[in-house]
Formats: sequence, C-alpha cells, structure tokens
Amino acid sequence: MSSEPKGLDLRNEIDRLISAGSTDLASLRLAELWRTEAGAGVAAFLVSRYEKLRGTVPLVSYRVAILRSFTLEPAIPLVRAEAFLHGVDLTLQVGDFNAYAQEILDPESSLYRFKPDAVIVAARTADLASELWQKYADLAPEAVSEVVERVRNSFSQWIRILRERSSSAIVIHSLELPAYPAMGLLDAQQKTGQAAAIQQINQELRQIASEHRDVYILDYEGLVTRHGRVRWHDERKWLTARMPIAADYLIYLAREWLRFVIPLSGRTAKVLVTDLDNTMWGGVIGEDGLTGIKLGPEYPGAAYQNLQRAMLDLARRGILLAVCSKNNPEDAIEALENHPGMLLRPKTFSAVRINWNDKAQNLREIASELNVGLDALAFLDDNPVEREQVRGALPEIIVIDLPQDPLGYAAAVRDCPVFERLSLSSEDLQRTSLYAAQRQRSQAEDNFQTKEDFFRYLEQEAEILPLSAATIARVAQLTQKTNQFNLTTLRYTEQQIAEMAKRSGCQILSIKLSDRFGDHGLVGVAIIQDESETCEIDTFLLSCRVIGRSVETALLSHLAETAASRGRQRLTGRFIPTRKNAPARDFYAQHGFQLLEENGDGSIWTFDLQRNTIAIPEWIRLKTGKGERA
Amino acid sequence: MTLTILDQVRKVASDLFVLPADRITAESSPDTIEAWDSIQHLNFVLALEEKFGLQLSPEEMEQIRNVGEAARLVASKLQNSPR
Repeated sequence: MSSEPKGLDLRNEIDRLISAGSTDLASLRLAELWRTEAGAGVAAFLVSRYEKLRGTVPLVSYRVAILRSFTLEPAIPLVRAEAFLHGVDLTLQVGDFNAYAQEILDPESSLYRFKPDAVIVAARTADLASELWQKYADLAPEAVSEVVERVRNSFSQWIRILRERSSSAIVIHSLELPAYPAMGLLDAQQKTGQAAAIQQINQELRQIASEHRDVYILDYEGLVTRHGRVRWHDERKWLTARMPIAADYLIYLAREWLRFVIPLSGRTAKVLVTDLDNTMWGGVIGEDGLTGIKLGPEYPGAAYQNLQRAMLDLARRGILLAVCSKNNPEDAIEALENHPGMLLRPKTFSAVRINWNDKAQNLREIASELNVGLDALAFLDDNPVEREQVRGALPEIIVIDLPQDPLGYAAAVRDCPVFERLSLSSEDLQRTSLYAAQRQRSQAEDNFQTKEDFFRYLEQEAEILPLSAATIARVAQLTQKTNQFNLTTLRYTEQQIAEMAKRSGCQILSIKLSDRFGDHGLVGVAIIQDESETCEIDTFLLSCRVIGRSVETALLSHLAETAASRGRQRLTGRFIPTRKNAPARDFYAQHGFQLLEENGDGSIWTFDLQRNTIAIPEWIRLKTGKGERA
Repeated sequence: MTLTILDQVRKVASDLFVLPADRITAESSPDTIEAWDSIQHLNFVLALEEKFGLQLSPEEMEQIRNVGEAARLVASKLQNSPR
C-alpha cells in the first residue's frame, strides 16, 4: 500500500489549502485525490471538503430525488463527490425503501415537496417483474404476456402522473436481464424467452418515454452489461442488506446518474480541444514525417484511428473540435490534409492553433475565437505534464485523463460525461458548418471600416417565432446553455417552458437569424409576462455566436412595440449578474431603460412605452408571424 | 513507509465519518461516533471491502462492533487469503 502516505499528505495539504483560502488549488488537489483513490471512503472526505468550499468555487445547485426498490444509499456520497468535481452541488433525496409507487401516486408525498430538478426511478426487474425473474420456467406464455403488459402499464401510469405533477426531468432505469436465464441455453433458442420478455418491457419503456417531454431512459441493462453482469451483482449483500450491487461497482452507477445530471444542469463541454502528436496519431510528425507516423486501420495506428472515430461521433452530437498542438504548422497541416489514415480533416476543426506557444495561451485564444467560456472547453493531450500545466493555469477547463495505452484513448473520450447530450436540435447537427460560416464572417469583417458598413454587407434577416413544437426543444436548450448574453440566467426544462406557455399573459418568443454567409438557426429567446399595465421580461438571451450583431436590439424592439400595442404602459426587466454574463450588463441602459432598483440580487429596469420606442437597426430585416416589417 | 492495518482502517473511518484521524481509536464504535448508524455501517463495510479487496460475510458484518474489531477481522482475512 505504497500510495497510503501520499493519500494522507494530500488530505493534509487540502486542509491547509482550504484554511489558507487557496480554493482553486484545493479543488485541484481534491480532484487528484479522487483520481488516485475514488471510492466510498474518499467520497465522504471529498464531499465534506467541498461543502467548505461552497461559495468560493463556482458550483451550480441541482436537486435529485431517487425512487428505488433497493438499498442504494452507499452510492449517494459517490455521486455527490463526482458531481462536485464537475461543478455541481447535488442535493439528493432518497425515497423510502420500495415505496416508489406510493410516492409517485400521493400528491402530498415527500417527493413532490422536495421539488426536485430531476427524479430518478430505480426499480429492479426482481421487484417490478418478480414472476419473470424468480419463476419464469413455471409461467405459461399467456402469463408472461400478462406480466409484460402489467409492468408496461405501471411504467406508463407512473410516468404520466409524474409528468403531470412535476416539471422536473424524469430518468427511468431500464430493467436488467438475469445473468443465468431460467431455461439456460434454451432461452436463446425460443422465439420468446425470459430475456426476450424483459427486453420487450424495455422497448415499451422507450416508447412511453418518447411520448412525454423530459422523460429519459437510463439504460441500466446496458450499464450492467458494460461492466460485467456476474461481477456487478453481490448476492450476499442483496440477501442481507438489500443491496444488489458489488461494492466496487457502485461507482459506475453513480457515474451513470451523473451522465444525466451534467447535461441537465448545463455543465457540458461545448468544444473538444485536442493535441496532435501521440494523441491524434502515433509518433511526432516533425521527426517521423508523413510516412513515419502511426495512423491507419491496423495496430498500432488503429488506436489513433479509433480515437478519431470517437471524436467524429462527438462532432455529430454538436460538439466542436479544435486543435492545440506544439508543432511546425506546415508539418502538422500536411498530415491533417493528406495523411490517408486521417478521419478528421482541417474543415472538421472549428479553431486551430499549431505553434510553439504555451498551451494555456492557445486555449484562451480558442475560447475567445469560438466565443465560449473557458469552462466550455475540454482538453485532450497524451502528455501528463501538459495536462497538469493546463489544470494549474486554467482550472475552469475540463482536462481529460488518458490512460498509458493508446488503445484506451477512444474509450476514455467516449466515457467522458461532459459530452453527453439528452436531445439534439437542428443547430447541434449543423454546428460545425455554422462555425465555418462564422470564420468567413470574421474574415469579411476585417475588410470594412465601420461596424455599420459590415452589418449592411451581412444582409441579416431575422424572424420572430412564437413557441411551437418545432422550437420548444431549442428554446429550452438555449435557456439551459446560454451563459454570456443572458439577462437573468433562469434555466428551464422543456416541461417548464410548456407550462409557462399556458399561463395567461405569458409569451415565449424566439428569434432566427440568417445572413449572406448562411443560417444561424434559432439564436435568441425572450419570455415575457403581462401583469396589468406592465409587461415584464422574465428571460432575454442570445446565443454567443451572434453577440454584437445588434439582433438583440431587433428582438427588444419587437417586445416594446407589441407590448405597447397590447396597451401596456411599460416594459420592465431584471438583470441578475453571474460570473459569466457581463456582456449583457449594460443592455437595458443602452436601450433607454431607467434603473428602478438595485440590490444584492441585481437590478430592475423599466422602459416607458407611452413616450419612447426602440428602433430596429436599419441593417436588419425583421419578419414576424404577422408578416414582414421594414 | 507502510501503515498498520489498524491505521488504514482508522483512515477509512476518518474519511467516512468525517472526523480527524486522531479522534478515531480502536475503541471507536457506534456508541462514540454519532454518524455511525446502520447505513453508515454498511458504507463502512463496503469501504473496507473496496479498500482491502475482500468480501465480508453477513456474520462478519455483524461481528464488527468497533474499529479495532474491524481491523482484526481485515488482518485475519488478509492473512488467510491466497494472494
């Protein structure tokens, strides 16, 4: 146990750093401790120290209620520890043992009083479909169908009721298969069998989930399979403590929950920045040359091609790729363009920094070029020294740890929870080309003397859309992901958006933008609420891609004009400052709003609709539902 | 430098019950540590299993009444294990 003294030293150092107020360093060391010793013991230590760091390191709060049919308390400190390391301060409520159905059905239950952001329903096949699990061999085919039908109906009812009573996201564990089917080999020889019956329930579950908003399936069966069904289970703990999962596998359940919490709480990475030498290919291009580097379908080049395939899959999820490499640019670009084994080509990358500068500096530049915060970057590098330097210099950046063996690189990237998404909008699917158009725009901008000339040349066309089935997913996504130009940073799920839209006097609008270089898609959201003489702006946000193109003025102008036409006297709005939204700070002042009130929570602004109007910039053509306006 | 089994078990308990290691002795038990309830007892057993790579039987789980007994149990299991 040679790691012991190091672990103790780290704990002491962490406590010293916390008392000295070096909070960034303390959280770096906590992450290091977790990487070396993740497990039940360290989890409690880590959680207690992060609780001390609250308020000094950036954390988002998130509440999860877990309904369960088995003992999962030991996984709670694990998931809280993992969440803290990803910047999420998780509050969990675990429902009473095997009381999931009552808690869903009783409108007064502690579940609803807790007001969770997400509900996880973790019930086992052995409990929900005990006949299928325990005595499948005794059942006639009709009896099997009856059980499948009954379980399906239970899921359907629970999901429907949960959805009606709560606006939280809902995550349902799928059902696992038995390690040893009751009929042994025969199970796979039959058209229907024990495994097939359980799989049918899982399929029905997917169907039910797809019929509701914000209902997601946690593929528990897939999770168990990934880690090995036989090792996953601990029959002794099940029979004595009602805990079916082996101690050292609980961490994987905790991590699977976190995969949902991260996209739900908006802590995802938007960009993967990768090194080249010994990451994207084997060897050093500057020394080994185009024919010397290892990259192709056979070993050892296959390890790197597998990683490229994984990165390409991320790009299909809307994650941008970028390069940050210490190299002679000519050598590296030649490999990117011409190496026959490359799956990624220069156009796949939204930003490229190939030079001999410090990587931290390059990463800062990439973030600013792509107009995202540093915490939206994930950094991939085979060199542990570079990784440590980036961690130290830029603690906000997500640094991905790679194993020693390149054959493990692709899995390390695929395992990373910050790349998880729970839905894809059409904007996600085209993001790489959207950014390519953005680069052309920036190049064009340099040719103009004034911003106004550039705006006129852009020929921007905006369209304001009411909320519809086609826009609701993107509207919710923008409220969850937009950090910079966001006046109130209120996060909403699709379900919450749908509920707000039903309120009298509430309007949820979005704005689409296109210009001569292409379509930006849906880039802005405004949520307003009429209250007697006032129209109040609840949410006003703009995607970072289009900040500074004056489209925000067009949207605000529309709000003012339509509020006046509905007979409102004034338009009011709040600004709630966060660590990120400085770009929106002066928005109301710049558009002629008067400061009404300022306190610790932010400021309230008002605009007199009787006396003033807000002009649409002449270089934007604005279309609304009612037709085109100049 | 290696730590004795008792020291390692004390450290597991210190992490789990969030108490400084020097406050945990061989005599520390559910009677002296407020946070040591039945769920934490399970967590303690799981943490020991994970840490030392062994499995404790239900009888052994019940047998652990304080930190010292846990350490003795772990030590005897490690001695008897083939690895």
